Amino acid sequence: MMLRENWNDLGQGFHPVSAPDYLPVAQLRELQLRRLRAVVTRAYDNVKLFRERMDERGLTPASIESLADLGRLPFTIKTDLRDTYPFGLFASPMGEIVRLHASSGTTGKPIVVAYTQEDLQVWASAMLRTFASAGVHRGDIVQNAYGYGLFTGGLGAHYGLEAIGATVVPTSGGNTDRQIMLMRDFGVTGICCTPSYFVHLIERAKELGVNLKELPLRVGIFGAEPWTDEMRRHIEAETNIKAYDIYGLSEITGPGVGSECSAQSGLHIFEDHFYPEIVDPETLQVLPDGEEGELVLTTLSKRAMPMIRYRTRDITRIIAEPCSCGRTVRRIARIARRSDDMFIIRGVNVFPSQIETALLAVEGALPHYRIILSRDKGLDQMGVEVEVSAAVFSDQVRAMEELHKRLAHSIERITGIRAALRLVEPHSIPRSEGKAKRVWDERNS
Amino acid sequence: MKVTQISSFIENRPGRLHAACEALAAKGVNIHTLMLADTAEFGILRLIVADPEAGKVALEAAGYIAKLTEVVAVEIPDDAGGLAGILAKADAAKLDIEYMYAFSTAVGQRAVVIIRFSDPDQAVDELLARGVNVVAPVELLRG
Repeated sequence: MMLRENWNDLGQGFHPVSAPDYLPVAQLRELQLRRLRAVVTRAYDNVKLFRERMDERGLTPASIESLADLGRLPFTIKTDLRDTYPFGLFASPMGEIVRLHASSGTTGKPIVVAYTQEDLQVWASAMLRTFASAGVHRGDIVQNAYGYGLFTGGLGAHYGLEAIGATVVPTSGGNTDRQIMLMRDFGVTGICCTPSYFVHLIERAKELGVNLKELPLRVGIFGAEPWTDEMRRHIEAETNIKAYDIYGLSEITGPGVGSECSAQSGLHIFEDHFYPEIVDPETLQVLPDGEEGELVLTTLSKRAMPMIRYRTRDITRIIAEPCSCGRTVRRIARIARRSDDMFIIRGVNVFPSQIETALLAVEGALPHYRIILSRDKGLDQMGVEVEVSAAVFSDQVRAMEELHKRLAHSIERITGIRAALRLVEPHSIPRSEGKAKRVWDERNS
Repeated sequence: MKVTQISSFIENRPGRLHAACEALAAKGVNIHTLMLADTAEFGILRLIVADPEAGKVALEAAGYIAKLTEVVAVEIPDDAGGLAGILAKADAAKLDIEYMYAFSTAVGQRAVVIIRFSDPDQAVDELLARGVNVVAPVELLRG
């Protein structure tokens, strides 16, 4: 692979730092094995919990002779991070750690993650590769509306954008009217935020009389929550942007673990740094590429806080087939489901994304919804509130009742559950400036 | 000859209809007549106002959906059989009526009904041809 100096002139998708995306597979596997041995050794030597688990199984770093041996190593789970709060899984002395981030999770103690200077460089390069694969380049003005602070989204995107040479507008989350004003006044060409917040921006821009289609905005990098292809179609129809899905989690590095390329057909994992496996969530057996299961990631280069076989709770499959973009790193299918988001109602497993799919499948113009779980006389009830939009509103009762029926039917068809559907006024469902809250579970209150 | 009606989605919650009317009042939009069609969960408010465009802007600014549709205002003789006579003509012309409501003005001997036809243009032509007094927006409030 020749590195070209004037990569910006090539248009989209190629930057010298992206070279590992295109490594010949044999070379990539060799690199991965070398890094895997080093990171396992590092974790074994420095992290008590990991060493104890290895010892229990009679394993040592020398047990790793091939990538397949990774499957013999113990898993790391989210509660391990909580149990060792705050610094118990660090493999570097504090003198080498230059950054801490923390995610609240939803309950209890936060999860703390750490970075050395090298870790930050790897992270920035992974985010650079993310933006490069979405066609962001020098000259782009990118508004970064991911939250800055303890959350990895804001700073993660920020350093990646600076590394690629784009102009960053670090708005962080919130203050929607100002976001729209700056987007228009600065001629912003790219935006980073959660997809649900962008849908809110679209809606607010309309109310302010700002036509996003008349702005130079052409690319959106959306992540930090599961979303659907239906939502992508909605966003792309309402604006002139191409909407890219990105993937990441703080435990592994933050955003930048994987991202879509111009093919928008699965997310390339930057697997020279983040090694993916898919396991059966019940038996924990490793599944072959192509089969759906829980994504498990191992950080191959992480120094401050190596994660060996971290169970992400995200349900997906690995796509090993070559991608039309030419990248050789494998892809994962878009994550529409997290086992953490799943709720069980009357014995049926339901994911919020199924409701999103059901609603957008009917009208394509109803992206604001929430799910309310309640218990009535011992029986679980699923209520779904959907905001009526101007596009679907009719002055005729019959048409509105017909819409109600089609939506309710679509939910029942996709989830198997009959929901109590309610059409509600615009703005009646709370908006989030970060990760959207879709489910209100009132069954235990 | 057609009249512009505003329609809006109103949730069945206390205060929602009131807030919609307040939004119009605050912008000085006078309501001539209204009709609320309601179901168990929501209502559809139909309004005839002095300035429909201003009314739409006022409702949208207050967070409501507001949609403009064309309806036909028809003056009917204020005596027994007046409305039946108009409807007979609509039937004869095979006009499809979605809904209708009375224009309750307290002026003189006039009685006006607002009719939402599937095809308002066709309705105006057919009714005029049959001698029905179709009322233009400017004439609505005249005595």
